Amino acid sequence: MVLNRKTVTRGIKRGISQEAKISFRKHWQLYVLIIPPVLFFLIFKYYPMLNAVLAFKDYNVIKGIWGSPWVGFKNFNLFFDNPMFLTLIKNTVYVSGYLLLAGFPIPILLALMLNEVRNARFKRLVQLVSFAPYFISTVVMVSIIMLFLAPRLGFVNVALNYLGFESVNFLGEPGLFRSIYVWSDIWQTAGYSAVIYLAALAGVDPTLYEAAKVDGASRFQKIVNVDLPGILPTIVIILILNVGNVMAIGFEKIYLLQNPLNLSTSEIIATYVYDIGLRNANYSFATAVGLFNSVINLVLLFGVNSLAKRFSNNSIW
Amino acid sequence: MASKNKPIKDSTGDKVFLISIYVILSLVFIVVLYPLIYIVSSSFSSPAAVTSGRVWLWPVDLSINGYERLFNTPKIMTGYANSLFYTAAGTVISVILTIMIAYPLSRKTFFGKNALMMMITFTMLFSGGLIPTYMVVREVGLIDTRWALLIPNAIWVWQVIIARSFFQTSIPDELIDSSEMDGCSDFRFMRSVVIPLSKPIIAVLVLMYAVGQWNAYFDALIYLKTANLFPLQLILRSIIIENNSSGVMDAMKLVERQQLAESLKYSLIVVATLPVLIIYPFVQRYFVQGMLVGSVKG
Repeated sequence: MVLNRKTVTRGIKRGISQEAKISFRKHWQLYVLIIPPVLFFLIFKYYPMLNAVLAFKDYNVIKGIWGSPWVGFKNFNLFFDNPMFLTLIKNTVYVSGYLLLAGFPIPILLALMLNEVRNARFKRLVQLVSFAPYFISTVVMVSIIMLFLAPRLGFVNVALNYLGFESVNFLGEPGLFRSIYVWSDIWQTAGYSAVIYLAALAGVDPTLYEAAKVDGASRFQKIVNVDLPGILPTIVIILILNVGNVMAIGFEKIYLLQNPLNLSTSEIIATYVYDIGLRNANYSFATAVGLFNSVINLVLLFGVNSLAKRFSNNSIW
Repeated sequence: MASKNKPIKDSTGDKVFLISIYVILSLVFIVVLYPLIYIVSSSFSSPAAVTSGRVWLWPVDLSINGYERLFNTPKIMTGYANSLFYTAAGTVISVILTIMIAYPLSRKTFFGKNALMMMITFTMLFSGGLIPTYMVVREVGLIDTRWALLIPNAIWVWQVIIARSFFQTSIPDELIDSSEMDGCSDFRFMRSVVIPLSKPIIAVLVLMYAVGQWNAYFDALIYLKTANLFPLQLILRSIIIENNSSGVMDAMKLVERQQLAESLKYSLIVVATLPVLIIYPFVQRYFVQGMLVGSVKG
């Protein structure tokens, strides 16, 4: 038996290598084709991962990355002992947690409502308009926010004054920063995110609606008992992706919205890495902070995915 | 139970429910559309009307001062030209590279496709981080060159996944087999069969990369130092967000300057967003298609 199994495995192995050889010979052109893209991934994605050893070194410009001395976890300990540490974690988790709580259900609600609309033109118009802000660039988005919320001339303050209220320096209030970030994000992306749920809704088995009709279900009951279960797998997968990205919250918009007045709530890990690393050239320390963030993010993604697998049979891999 | 034999009609409750949905959706429509209209109207209003808060919905004291000033500012025009170049060149490079990896990965006979796919997908989950990437870009000598905006982020993994699943589902195996029997090479097969059959996915790739490239600012922020290379988004940032209007309006009275600076900001937003928003209604379906192809297989 043992001998048999061995020969069988060997046979399979030879089969695979032979298959590879045939594939190389017959389709060498395909293998030539992938060389540039593979080089791209190696140089710009994998080589930086190697460079991340910088986190465990004391970077010295003259000696270069590999010549610089090893310092173990010194940079990480520096970060953990830093008075900024807790603030950064808190700010990062709060702003993305807020975004998740407020931003996750809204596209689902939007899709469920759009799905009820029978007037095709109205539906198309709402979809077209709500999808449009997705194409606005981050810089323009922040520009719009700043113009609308400007202390003196901004539209919102002019309106507040008109109604008899005092002006508010919105972007100078640390307490308002997260709300501004989150709600402008929802304004920009809810219509886009709803598309995926609308497609899932279109795939719900029509006989279920017939059955619900026959049972005399109201529209609301139909949504709760047919629509929602129908799109649950999609919801779970999007939720996994969102939770897994909690620590990877976008640098670009927060960085542009920052000013000295709101820094106490707007400084997050990603903007801190940029400040320390590229503006103050403290490469090793910034790499350690960035690496810490990436690892937490990876662990989160795997964690949420396995939880989802256990409880709902939906997972991203 | 009694309703079984009655013709099915909306009950009063259902009607109220449906009406509230229409009302809410109309509100959504207004909340999204109003800021956009306000910006366009402000950009066509006189600077004085904008700064005194007289613009509510439609332009007040019609004026194109902001636009005039914008087109007479070399800094902005250079940025515009740069952005057009980055978008055109970047899109071509990205689309070609994406197809070069996505098509072989879609072939069943391609040896090692699963390992390669995993290697690519992993970069979505984990990255070396900002500083290590910056150092690589510096090492290969791209800092402060136009290439820095075209190469380091040329391939998006998501686009590879979308393109690959398109190729898998829409290039029939029979076609591959029969052309192979006829002695057609892979290059020739791609050129004369795959590419012509893949116009929808190429449209998706082109649009997504083009919008991404047009809207990007972060790579320019970290990799570029020379102002002549800056894309429009970076110029926009300095004028609107950092409120830096030097070189845009000199030798004017302070009040006038402030007013014009405000209306210039609105015109800048319009001009920077226009190319994308004009084509958007025509290409929306491609975007939706792109998202859905990815989500089915992803």
